[in-house]
Amino acid sequence: MVIGLSHYLSVAAILFTLGILGIFLNRKNVIVILMSVELILLAVNLNLVAFSAHLNDLVGQIFALFVLTVAAAEAAIGLAILVVFFRNRGTIAVEDINMMKG
Amino acid sequence: MIEAFFFYLFAAITIASAVMVISARNPVHSVLFLILAFVNAAGLFMLAGAEFLALILIVVYVGAVAVLFLFVVMMLDVDFAELRQGFLQYLPVGMLIGVIFLAELLFVVGAWVIAPNVGGATAAPIPDMNEVSNIEAIGRLLYTRYVYFFQAAAMVLLVAMVGAIVLTLRHKANVKRQDINVQVARTRATSMEIKKVESGRGL
Repeated sequence: MVIGLSHYLSVAAILFTLGILGIFLNRKNVIVILMSVELILLAVNLNLVAFSAHLNDLVGQIFALFVLTVAAAEAAIGLAILVVFFRNRGTIAVEDINMMKG
Repeated sequence: MIEAFFFYLFAAITIASAVMVISARNPVHSVLFLILAFVNAAGLFMLAGAEFLALILIVVYVGAVAVLFLFVVMMLDVDFAELRQGFLQYLPVGMLIGVIFLAELLFVVGAWVIAPNVGGATAAPIPDMNEVSNIEAIGRLLYTRYVYFFQAAAMVLLVAMVGAIVLTLRHKANVKRQDINVQVARTRATSMEIKKVESGRGL
């Protein structure tokens, strides 16, 4: 059985769905929500790499590298905001994050 | 055959650990399963031929991002059991949305086709791996045609670093710190005093 493009795309689709499911299930816990976002970005990277290998085009891997960069920056900023918020309010529950009355 | 075996192995462990990431009771376990998911995804990348990305995934995610998560989870003194309340309450609607979403995605994966003449549209063909290694091919492309994007990515990381430091740095009031400006601005008048000591008396 040859492993083709659709195998990789299926794995990425399942991973993406698990990420979304994680956001729905853990909607009180910001840390797990951030981890779910990382899972979603990993699924996106898997798609890019799978298409890069299938179409024999290196640009997909270059783009995956940029997605990786943005994901790392997002995690750093998100966790920094989380730490500052915890320092100020003493909680990270999502329903308590209502300072801006949004 | 061996490729199929390793593909299913890596894919199964990746998905299983992703399930554990979103369902583990302890966030520390979540982070550790996230690391496992990333390592196995790196295996999948390796199978697809993206060797450099696979190793950079391990370095960046396992070495930096996951450790950052672990650090924050352990640093914050939060009652995570309280945060888990409502998990079962959100489960039905979450599963419904997840199943619908997954079905849609799999329908797309199962039904679409690549246009037959797409081979002519390849922007940068991957060179033969026996002649040019993956990292060298990426370097040749990244530092020439995509050098501005590369610098933009560097700026994103720089801004993220500065932002994280600005957000989390705080000066405590009672800690003595070295202040270079004050040190340099010292003059003889502010730092020295000449006392006339009477002889035979001492101070």
